[in-house]
Amino acid sequence: MALKGTVVIDQERCKGCQLCTLACPQNVLLLDADLLNAKGYHPARLEESHNFCTGCAVCAVICPDACITVFRQPSPRRVERTEAIYG
Amino acid sequence: MIPAAELERVYERPESLTALHTNYCPGCTHGVAHRLVAEALDELELREQTILVAPVGCAVFAYEYFNLDGCEAAHGRAPAMATGIKRLLPDRTVLTYQGDGDLASIGIAEIIHAAARGEPITTIFVNNAIYGMTGGQMAPTSLPNQRTTSSPSGRDVALTGQPLRVSEMLATLPGAAYIVRRSLHDPANIRKAKKAILTAIQVQQRGLGFSMVELLSTCPTNWGMTPAEALTWVKDHMLSIYPLGDYKVSDAARELSA
Amino acid sequence: MVKELLKGNVAIAEAAVRAGCRAYFGYPITPQTELLEYLSSRMIALGRVFLQAESEVAAINMVYGAACTGARVMTSSSSPGFSLMQEGLSYIAASDLPCVVVDVMRGGPGLGNILPSQGDYFQVTRSAGHGDYHPIVLAPATVQEAIDMTVLAFDLADHYRHLVILALDGLIGQMMEPAELPEWQADPPTPDWAVTGAAHRAPNRITSMHLRADESEAYNQHIQRRLEHIRAAEQRSIEMYTDDAELLVIGFGSAGRIAASAVEMAREDGLNVGLFRPQTLYPFPSDRLAELAEQVGACLVVEMNAGQMLDDVRLAVSGRAPVEFFGRMGGAIPLPEEILDTIEMLCWSLHVVE
Ligand SMILES: Cc1ncc(C[n+]2csc(CCOP(=O)(O)OP(=O)(O)O)c2C)c(N)n1
Ligand code: SF4
Ligand code: SF4
Ligand code: SF4
Repeated sequence: MALKGTVVIDQERCKGCQLCTLACPQNVLLLDADLLNAKGYHPARLEESHNFCTGCAVCAVICPDACITVFRQPSPRRVERTEAIYG
Repeated sequence: MIPAAELERVYERPESLTALHTNYCPGCTHGVAHRLVAEALDELELREQTILVAPVGCAVFAYEYFNLDGCEAAHGRAPAMATGIKRLLPDRTVLTYQGDGDLASIGIAEIIHAAARGEPITTIFVNNAIYGMTGGQMAPTSLPNQRTTSSPSGRDVALTGQPLRVSEMLATLPGAAYIVRRSLHDPANIRKAKKAILTAIQVQQRGLGFSMVELLSTCPTNWGMTPAEALTWVKDHMLSIYPLGDYKVSDAARELSA
Repeated sequence: MVKELLKGNVAIAEAAVRAGCRAYFGYPITPQTELLEYLSSRMIALGRVFLQAESEVAAINMVYGAACTGARVMTSSSSPGFSLMQEGLSYIAASDLPCVVVDVMRGGPGLGNILPSQGDYFQVTRSAGHGDYHPIVLAPATVQEAIDMTVLAFDLADHYRHLVILALDGLIGQMMEPAELPEWQADPPTPDWAVTGAAHRAPNRITSMHLRADESEAYNQHIQRRLEHIRAAEQRSIEMYTDDAELLVIGFGSAGRIAASAVEMAREDGLNVGLFRPQTLYPFPSDRLAELAEQVGACLVVEMNAGQMLDDVRLAVSGRAPVEFFGRMGGAIPLPEEILDTIEMLCWSLHVVE
């Protein structure tokens, strides 16, 4: 079973570039059309209505603005953080 | 959604970046390059030992974005400035971060000689095939037929020459210990870029010689594309002119990258 | 300490070593090359930094980097090479960094020749890089003065966090004279602004960039205030026979030295002539010159150029006395006799007017 995870997005920092939304393998990120941040962008947001975040951190790896903090269910096999993300 | 508290934090903004919001355009992979450098410094626990030399170009404020001691070079002169710093502080980690106009055009002499001297500094070379900051003029790295604001009908190689392949050139120099080209166009390649940056910095730490990671990067704004289209453009057009790979890995450096 | 027979360029190099210069970056160019050659072995033997750069552009940017670490650093060059350094000089000046640059001037413009000249006066005092600033410029006329001014240059650079240029010509660079070398100076502590790695403190950042007009103007005002202090405190000059001088001969460096011989000859002929030799070209010793201009009938500026310091003299004299000029260019050195001819003619016309 896929691991469970979640992301916290710094929406004020986000520039709405969509790289994370397009890269997310689970399709659980979208730009929030109802929200405009101080910079004038629609920031990314987690939307798990169809699917769930696995905490794979692909979004964080591509985000040019380092807006995304990724959390993941502790895995049975403990791995170093770097190794977990950058494999 | 699972409450974050029950989970393990697997990725967070690196400590080697400041909290400042960058001036980069949305989706510009300068930001990715910054993140990777910062992550590498965090992992090597070098934040407090590192001095960054920022370029003239879109990354001119890099010294503000990194939570490091930093200074700002004249256009193209970062390798000379870094040489001055490194010679006086040989036990510190000294990085230059340079665009392709900065490094491959106005600063080509400084980068060649720093590499030729085997200066134990690390250069992060962000190649986006264009002059970003000044509004999208042709760079020596622009692709044949690439439209820029100073080559509006496309780069005419008969008049302006072929793209300069800096990694290939520097790899010919004995002083260069680690010269590789990576790309920032998708997560898998970003991961490889990160590893290369880690290796390059370790090459410096061990005093093995000059190290450089060339990163194929985007300029969505001046390429006239969305950030996602720009990533595809790197894959479809830049990779063939700028093949990814290890152009120089000295024997001593090979042990590190293995 | 005893006097030794020392060549100007070598004396400056050794004085820099003793003043605590930790790093030297340079590029060969006549007539300053002995400086670079001397330091190539001397600095390495002392475990300090010597590096022959790929160009003057690189050399000055290496100095820029090295100065960021808070160490005493130096480069040297001659006119065409100094021209190439202007970019780096401007960044250094705009980053409040101390450093010392030696310009052993030669004949120009263009490639010119390797003969002594003072054609860089404008370049060192006015156009040592873009933007609103002046370096401190020291102009020695003897080997001893070159030594003393080298030490002074490092001290002033640190004190004001400012760029200091030692401007001499090939004559003084190449000449051998008995002179006394300075005491060894202890290393000053690393300043708190230096970039050394942000361990146990907030990061230090050295930059010349101020995007907003108000910030940039405030920074410019900060430079201007510093220059005001420098103008108030650092004007230096030497005088000979100025008490009763009717004609004041003004020259710096070699020209000042040759003019001194002409003044001696004129005195032997019974002419009331004095000498004023600026030791600082920036700040120009205007205050003292303005006082002297009140008491003399005329001024004669002697230079090894087409009349560059002449502008500063005219500004200082400000109409108080007529200012005449005698100059040789392109590496030609004025003879005391030809200066004396001009002195005699001017003295004669002063009395005719009376
Ligand atoms: C001596 C000098 N010449 C020209 C410039 C103007 N200039 C600023 S940035 C730049 C080009 C930067 O392009 P690149 O290095 O490719 O970086 P990018 O902006 O694409 O990241 C130029 C020409 C300058 N600042 N200084
Ligand atoms: S961690 Fe993975 S699954 Fe979760 S939002 Fe990011 S990319 Fe999507
Ligand atoms: S990649 Fe980063 S900046 Fe771009 S939309 Fe996602 S969170 Fe925002
Ligand atoms: S102009 Fe281009 S290189 Fe510069 S920040 Fe914008 S997208 Fe990036």
